[in-house]
Amino acid sequence: MDKPMSLSANADGLLRYRDDAPHEEPAVTLDAFLGQTNATAVRIEAGDDARALIPHLGQIALVEISFPSFRDGRGYSAARILREAGYDGELRAQGDVLVDQLLPMRRCGFDSFAPESEIDAATAEASLSRYENFYQKAADGVVPIWKKRHG
Amino acid sequence: MYKYDTYDQQMVDNRVEEFRDQVKRRLAGQITEDQFKPLRLMNGLYLQLHAYMLRVAIPYGTLDSRQMRMLAHIARKYDRDYGHFTTRQNIQFNWIKLEDTPDILAELATVEMHAIQTSGNCIRNISADQYAGAAADEVADPRIWAELLRQWSSFHPEFTYLPRKFKICVIGADEDRAAMRLHDIGIQMVMRDGVLGGRIHVGGGMGRTPMIAPEIRDFVPADDLLSYLEACLRVYNRYGRRDNIYKARIKILVHEIGADEYRRQVEEEFIAVKALGLDPPQAEFERITQMFADPAFVADDGTAVDRSDPDFALWLDQNVKPHKQPGYAIVNISLKPQGGIPGDATSAQIDLMADLGERYSFDELRVTHAQNIVLPHVRQADLYTVWQQLDAAGLAPANLDLISDIIACPGLDYCSLANARSIPLAQKITERFADPARQRDIGELKLKISGCINACGHHHAGHIGILGVDKKGTENFQLSLGGSGAEDVSLGKITGPGFDEDGVVDAVERVTETYLGLREEGERFLDTYRRVGMAPFKEAIYG
Ligand code: SF4
Repeated sequence: MDKPMSLSANADGLLRYRDDAPHEEPAVTLDAFLGQTNATAVRIEAGDDARALIPHLGQIALVEISFPSFRDGRGYSAARILREAGYDGELRAQGDVLVDQLLPMRRCGFDSFAPESEIDAATAEASLSRYENFYQKAADGVVPIWKKRHG
Repeated sequence: MYKYDTYDQQMVDNRVEEFRDQVKRRLAGQITEDQFKPLRLMNGLYLQLHAYMLRVAIPYGTLDSRQMRMLAHIARKYDRDYGHFTTRQNIQFNWIKLEDTPDILAELATVEMHAIQTSGNCIRNISADQYAGAAADEVADPRIWAELLRQWSSFHPEFTYLPRKFKICVIGADEDRAAMRLHDIGIQMVMRDGVLGGRIHVGGGMGRTPMIAPEIRDFVPADDLLSYLEACLRVYNRYGRRDNIYKARIKILVHEIGADEYRRQVEEEFIAVKALGLDPPQAEFERITQMFADPAFVADDGTAVDRSDPDFALWLDQNVKPHKQPGYAIVNISLKPQGGIPGDATSAQIDLMADLGERYSFDELRVTHAQNIVLPHVRQADLYTVWQQLDAAGLAPANLDLISDIIACPGLDYCSLANARSIPLAQKITERFADPARQRDIGELKLKISGCINACGHHHAGHIGILGVDKKGTENFQLSLGGSGAEDVSLGKITGPGFDEDGVVDAVERVTETYLGLREEGERFLDTYRRVGMAPFKEAIYG
């Protein structure tokens, strides 16, 4: 995996893999966002349809996706759907986010993490750099093995 | 056979290091069992009734002699000198020490094997027709597509925390030897107007709510296959139920919203996904295809097989199947001796099968979902010597697809979820039907036993199925009739009230006797049952 452009673990335990400044505006619910379309930060619950945001991606700077349990993998699909639609703002995983989930989350397009229990930045780094290559094309821009094999 | 390149090898090696680190942290007390559990489960390590059980993946049931010998070595060095081949074409070791597991995985990695995704709510080992590359009725070799799916599903970032486990099966012939439509996704490779593609079925499965997968797309060109599956999985990951573990499999989603609505959503998703360029390049299909090219068959010299040894002739008729190549045959090695444990093999037997595979079958072996082993490419001229060597090692029961060729899950002897013991029941049934002539007279009869509702023993798909249940603290067995996992797929129906262990053996015997009394010329048990229905059998059992 490509190394993060910058890694900052701030006082709230937020891990960020972006070099712009963290977005200040609090995230509103998807319903609230769709009702008052001037918000710039939105929070997606696990069962929400991320596709509802697609018409508004240009005005959004932060999407926070909730993980009520690490076993609930709906947020991975939500993240990919947003990235595939061209969203390039901050995509944050919030909730029961554990160190072993960081890699698949990064691959699905998340670039910041607000875990409920703090993750040590060094452990995160080790876990993110263990695998050099991946079979699949995903949302992280990594060149998949299938392509590398054939030049 | 597929051979790893440096990318495949590096992936498996990295996984070994990662798991070694996780085990080290666990043994040092840095992480709790609760935190460790999801990590070990991602690597096929279960805590069972008496010990850790390690499930090793045998991708699409195919392996070479070196890999087979490694399984014997692991059984000998780290376990109690035997292994258990499973209904998912994998192998399980039942007596493993946690501290040994990193070394076991490291040894497996030296022969291109692993335990990745043999448990957890992810895409599991891909299963396939065990006669791939050998069957006369094959349109396309399913191993090519199963290998592609193995790579695609390995550490798939989006589908590692699905609502529930996910099983995919690929076949390439009309005859279904792999219970394809009882998988979450079942793919039949077909040719249409000169183009290869897959017929896609979604939402089959066993468990407490058995379902036969409906067809979702009659043809997906091979070039689109991965994008299409990506769409199938994404719809499931987003909308599959997560509120109830018993309703979380994809079959429930497909059933609840209906196949038409599921198809509509998949097709919509597919349009979005196809545009992303996820499918591998043509050169990758070709690379994998080349590795499954036919071995160097020698021309048939036309000599007929000498049938003068009557025991050999019986085995030949029962366990040996026609091969696409003249002069060759497919050999089924039954791991179902009378009184034995279905699917178990000792280290010495595994080594012997490896030797035979190397010497007489172009270094290839297969594991079947019926818990037997196949030597896919044996010259007819070698059949007698192969049989002699198998027979000397107790590996030549001539009972393929007969009543003693029982599928049974580990049950209460090992499994922490079990309600009843499957293995002793299987043993008793083989004792009751010990007479080989009687078995042959009864003919094809697939008997399958599960120790609980999870149905690992495929009882729903048994011509005769037996399910162990807990009845007020005692083991009880429900009997069902009429299931099939083949191309004539169907689900068994329960006969009525359950039985104790001896009672169910008696009931099975009455069922077979009723069949013998009712059958018409050429009918298998299943055919007679389908013609006459449940009533006469019920009458015989309970009347
Ligand atoms: S069917 Fe039940 S008892 Fe048998 S192996 Fe599966 S979970 Fe265990």
